[in-house]
Amino acid sequence: MIDPSAGTVFPTPGAQNYLPSQPAAGDLTDALLATDWWTDELVASAGIPIVDVPFVSVGGGIGSFVTADYLRIGGVDTSQIRILSALDHPWETYEYLTRVSQIPRGERLRSDSASRPDNIWGFPSYAVSEAWRSKNPATLWQVLVEPTFADFYTPKAGFVFEQIEREAKRIRYDEMLAKGLVRVVRRRAGGGYFTILTPPEGATATKRLAFRSQYVHLAVGYPGLRFLPDLQAYRTEHNDYQRVVNAYESHEHVYERLMTTPSTVLVRGGGIVASRVLQRLMDDRLLHGAQTTIVHLFRTFIDGPNDGAGSAKPHAFMKRKGADGWAYQGFNYPKSVWGGQLKAEMRKLEGAERAAKYKVMGGTNTPYRRYWQKQMKQGRQEGWYQLAVGTVGSMTPHQGRILNQVKTAQGVYPLEVDFVIDCTGLEADIAEHRLLKDLLDHGGAGRNPVGRLDVDRNFELKGTVSGNGVLYASGATTLGGYFPGVDTFLGLQVAAQEIQADLAKRGFGKRIGTVRSTSQWLKWFSGKQI
Amino acid sequence: MLPTLNGRIQTRIFMLVVMGGLITLVITPVLPGDPDYAMTYTVLATVLVLGILWELVYHGLMQWRWEKDWPTLFGLLNAINEGLLVWVLLELGVVPGLDSGVPLSTFLVMFLVIWVSIWIWTNGPMRIFNVRWRFFGGRLV
Repeated sequence: MIDPSAGTVFPTPGAQNYLPSQPAAGDLTDALLATDWWTDELVASAGIPIVDVPFVSVGGGIGSFVTADYLRIGGVDTSQIRILSALDHPWETYEYLTRVSQIPRGERLRSDSASRPDNIWGFPSYAVSEAWRSKNPATLWQVLVEPTFADFYTPKAGFVFEQIEREAKRIRYDEMLAKGLVRVVRRRAGGGYFTILTPPEGATATKRLAFRSQYVHLAVGYPGLRFLPDLQAYRTEHNDYQRVVNAYESHEHVYERLMTTPSTVLVRGGGIVASRVLQRLMDDRLLHGAQTTIVHLFRTFIDGPNDGAGSAKPHAFMKRKGADGWAYQGFNYPKSVWGGQLKAEMRKLEGAERAAKYKVMGGTNTPYRRYWQKQMKQGRQEGWYQLAVGTVGSMTPHQGRILNQVKTAQGVYPLEVDFVIDCTGLEADIAEHRLLKDLLDHGGAGRNPVGRLDVDRNFELKGTVSGNGVLYASGATTLGGYFPGVDTFLGLQVAAQEIQADLAKRGFGKRIGTVRSTSQWLKWFSGKQI
Repeated sequence: MLPTLNGRIQTRIFMLVVMGGLITLVITPVLPGDPDYAMTYTVLATVLVLGILWELVYHGLMQWRWEKDWPTLFGLLNAINEGLLVWVLLELGVVPGLDSGVPLSTFLVMFLVIWVSIWIWTNGPMRIFNVRWRFFGGRLV
């Protein structure tokens, strides 16, 4: 038995270091799956080829991208990094989710001007770049007077993706990308980790590849999206996936149908996605002639100052604006979680205190945008935008429509609609993600006070240390840690900065001090490939 | 800006000493009213000392904001209240180390040049030189 705490040095990768693949299919064996600490021999005996690389990032979305970006700017060569991903481009999943939830490339995200995944400095901000490109100072003015005299400036989705593409080319992202699905990450006896990748069929001689690395970074995104139980029950029971849809699945057919047939739509939820879907429905009605009636069902109706804990009288220092059902907030979190007071406060909190703080600043919310306010006001006045407060008891098909029994404080009311769009965006538990479940069961990982992966201040996944190896995690799976706002562009960059700094201390890459920061920014600015 | 109290004060001192100090060095000879360095640096020091007190006030006011942010525009407009206070104290003659009165034109030009320069710098280019600064509430150490 090799001492798991022993250190190890990994050779640089190259074909000569691959173990020869064996006639066996090279698949995971029961012996492997039952063992928490894997030896090199155990992996080799299963016939799985071993690839050596010091740093592996699992996911390949924006989280992997910004982490790789930081490391590359910190002087790490592409040969030292592998990004294991089923995605061709880092923005792929993000673009899918934003597009179906009604933010196509031409529309604006809910993201701050200085929140640039393609630029670790956040300078120049999107507003400055947009003003420069369009030769129009309007966005500069907006970012100057926001949020008091204008809505928060937010960038167009398409511009964000184009800029990520530019930066991906600059840091030679494709050289680091290894396509496939990651099945498990296990600790290696002797230090470091094995990450088992299932490459696309036919791409390799064996079913799996084992990446042997000192460092692993997990950025697998949302573990999954859940439907409201009553909606899911209706869909499966009545095999109706056309009229009851989730905002995060492709549902363009609903809008197409509404353009041709006057109908009633039930929108459920009070967050940003509900706002976006409402804008689409209202734009179609006001600009393109659809005759849609919208019933908007809030479970919690906010009509004044509020906080995430649902306090009847929120503390004067923790009071969010709200009206007409909505809680208003510029971005996903109060802004200072990304660098100011709330970030500093949360960094010091543990356990129940931290969970309570998350609760107070949380709760479903959406930005106050003047355009939306105008649409909703007109809709309320003209009667085609109606509000309801409550939950849905049951849903049944009724003469080609859907009959909802809406439970309100005043009793149960029947509500017949043609379509239901679920914008509630429930997130699945981390254990529903196979890789994360395996880490909880076999990798030593644990849960934080709000139930997600428990990471330290440097984003090291607590309990998973393996010799001189470190396993990091960032993104939505780590919500509830010392840093809130993890599942946002800036949050991923905050995490990447901590991870890069931690790795530099361990000798992997260089510290990004003033000199490196400045010289690298100049390269970024001139578009010089690194 | 997303400042913490500590970060506010650190950034304030650093910017006024380094950038304010350099600008004062360069512009004093060309300021209207023909001031000497003793006068302009005394004014700069006054702005700095009072500024630290102002940061305490801003931090307190920020507590009423849900976002706990300090919008870019506030940072610019704070020139009005801070400039007025310094001017009133200069006029009352309570600022130590000044033998003669400071002409309004001298004060206005100097104060605004420094204020706007620092405001622009901290809202953008500053980030090039320190990638951690914006995520740590404006702290430098």
